[in-house]
Amino acid sequence: MVEVRDFSFYYGAKQALHRINLRIPEMQVTAFIGPSGCGKTTLLRNLNRMNDLIDGIRHEGDILLDGTSLYDPSVEVISLRKRVGMVFQKYNPFPKSIYENIVFSLRVAGRNRKSELDEVVERSLRSAALWDEVKDRVHESAYGLSGGQQQRLCIARAIANRPQILLMDEPCAALDPVATLKIEELMHELKKEFTIVIVTHNMNQATRVSDRTAFFYMGTLIEYDRTADLFSRPREKQTEAYISGLFS
Amino acid sequence: MSASAPIPPTRRRKSPPGEAQVCLTALGLTLGVSMITGLLLLILVRGVTVFWPQRVTEFTLRDGAGSAVQGNATVAGEIVRTQQRRDGGGEEVQVHIGNKDVHGFNFHWLQSADIVSRSLPPDLIALERLEYGDAFVRPLALVTEGSVPLAATDPEFRPRLAAAVHQAENVRDQIEEIEKDEIGAINRRLAKLELSQKTSPQPGDPGKKAALQADYETLAARARELRATLASPSLQYRLSTGDEKTVTAGEIVRFYYPNELGLAGRIRLFFERIWEFLSEDPREANTEGGIFPAIFGTFVMTVLMSLLVTPLGVIAAIYLREYATQGAVVRIVRICVNNLAGVPSIVFGVFGLGFFVYVLGSKVDQTFFSSALPTPTFGTGGILWASLTLALLTLPVVIVATEEALAAVPRGVREAALACGASKWQMIQRVVLPSAGPGVLTGVILSMARGAGEVAPLMLVGVVKLAPSLPIDGLFPFVHPERKFMHLGFHIYDLGFQSPDSEAAKPMVFATTLLLIALVVVMNLTAIIIRNHLRKKYAASTF
Repeated sequence: MVEVRDFSFYYGAKQALHRINLRIPEMQVTAFIGPSGCGKTTLLRNLNRMNDLIDGIRHEGDILLDGTSLYDPSVEVISLRKRVGMVFQKYNPFPKSIYENIVFSLRVAGRNRKSELDEVVERSLRSAALWDEVKDRVHESAYGLSGGQQQRLCIARAIANRPQILLMDEPCAALDPVATLKIEELMHELKKEFTIVIVTHNMNQATRVSDRTAFFYMGTLIEYDRTADLFSRPREKQTEAYISGLFS
Repeated sequence: MSASAPIPPTRRRKSPPGEAQVCLTALGLTLGVSMITGLLLLILVRGVTVFWPQRVTEFTLRDGAGSAVQGNATVAGEIVRTQQRRDGGGEEVQVHIGNKDVHGFNFHWLQSADIVSRSLPPDLIALERLEYGDAFVRPLALVTEGSVPLAATDPEFRPRLAAAVHQAENVRDQIEEIEKDEIGAINRRLAKLELSQKTSPQPGDPGKKAALQADYETLAARARELRATLASPSLQYRLSTGDEKTVTAGEIVRFYYPNELGLAGRIRLFFERIWEFLSEDPREANTEGGIFPAIFGTFVMTVLMSLLVTPLGVIAAIYLREYATQGAVVRIVRICVNNLAGVPSIVFGVFGLGFFVYVLGSKVDQTFFSSALPTPTFGTGGILWASLTLALLTLPVVIVATEEALAAVPRGVREAALACGASKWQMIQRVVLPSAGPGVLTGVILSMARGAGEVAPLMLVGVVKLAPSLPIDGLFPFVHPERKFMHLGFHIYDLGFQSPDSEAAKPMVFATTLLLIALVVVMNLTAIIIRNHLRKKYAASTF
């Protein structure tokens, strides 16, 4: 379980997040919504410390994963990322075969046993609902797949090493409606095994896939509730204005 | 001005603005393309026609002609060109008369006014000889010791001469094998034995040395015997000018009847000569024979250079782009690297000589080859130092190209690798470098093109006019990085400007130039094919 405590975040002098408090429950889908620049992606990318790559960042407060701070000096960022997988907005398979894409996280961890890798490839592709489409060409380039297939491959890659949590940063932003639908269906299956956090611009998508929704505005968490409640009976005026489409 | 003032009519233009500049760009491109094609065509034509067998014309000159060869009224040779005299004194013909051993020169200008008649006598024979180049003569007889001379008119004459020339070629090959390989191996063992005796205080086994000496004597005796067989049979011939001479079959590389050859025969001879040019060692101060050692030297040096420069450049570029904190220092380093590409190549040659050869080389000699001193092993120019010098010269090209390629790897795949739990090094090694591979290869291709054609620095660090042995051969340890080598670029310079007979060397200059271009093209094509293969493998995603 993830707990965000009084978390503030700065890009240089610019404050991107203001004292966020949030608990993300296990085995559920939590959606982050809000207008562009509201800080939802920043928070998501802090959950696996992807923001470490940027120069001049700073944070206050804390994020706990199962009670341990992500920023604890004893936590290695590499082992953290093994527990927290991530799927990106633009599908980004490696310039390798489908097979090598999926086993990448195992290989970098030094696991090279063929039988284990084969098993992981099949399991991950099945979980990502891609097995039937690619089982005959897993050793071909990943770039030969369609956009939607590539994104599902990225999901298969992210879950290959069995992370606890799966972060999804607008996973359907670059996909057509059919591919989007497939990914959404997939999420219902995946939440049986993984805790999912999804950032989305699409409020319909949030209602379709998520159990809980957090609405961010100008770097502040405005409202966080069960999805059904948040969309039907928003407590805050800003939430209501946003979900009814008054601004975006 | 009132609001209803009519809009003034715009001046009609014949063409949209800027058309003139478009013309200029087209002109520039046309100029460039035509210059390059012109250059290539010239080299191709002059380089290939060298091998085409010419007819041999016999000229009869008027009595007392000023342009006669040593006062003789007839002379035979291949026509090189015909031109108007600069002083307006009519036409003149340049003739390749050969027979340098008799005349003392190979080429001669005949005044057209002096020429009474020209003919193509079918009985003229062209001899390519080991020494003194070509001869265009009338054969008289084949003289074998202890038997009747065989007249040239005899139908048996041609096959017998061909057999003798072929036999002599085999004998020469055998002699070379004995002298170069077997005696060479004994010499090396002797040198080693002497060295070990010099370094160790107790006297070595004298029997060993004696045995080697005995081996040497037997081999030398066999070589002498073989050499003696080359003295017979010999060919008697008469020049058009009347002189009579004899040449042993062992001296003849090839003979043919230039005025009898049909098209098929000429084509066969043409390809035979090209093959000889590509595969044989040079003769006659490099103006005759082949240039195989130069081809091989250029190839080995370029490959060695690529092998040295690629890892060095890639590692440097990775640090510069991926690890170094981007700031003023890195910017300065990058500017320095870029400027390094503009340093004249001779400066690198001087550095190579001063640092690699004199400092590094002598240190290596002192450490590993001290017993051989004062004879330098690595302390003198060699293919390793030449390759290192060129690697340094082309390093900026690889660094710049690799940096560009690294920068072009999308952030998405980098983040994906990190999100999969890869360390930064794993990310670079497993994802970034393969994606950047084609770009890196582009840099290597550019550096190969630059390095293969470089001559000036090589003259200081190991290129020679004639290398006794190849840098890679069948002798342990097979690769000899300390050896001096021949190089096509230097060969061109040497042929064209250092040769005693520049007129005779001119065709070889073009042929060698053509070959240098061909070699660079072939090596680049290979790299380009590899790159395209990589590109296809890692083809970028499309919607």
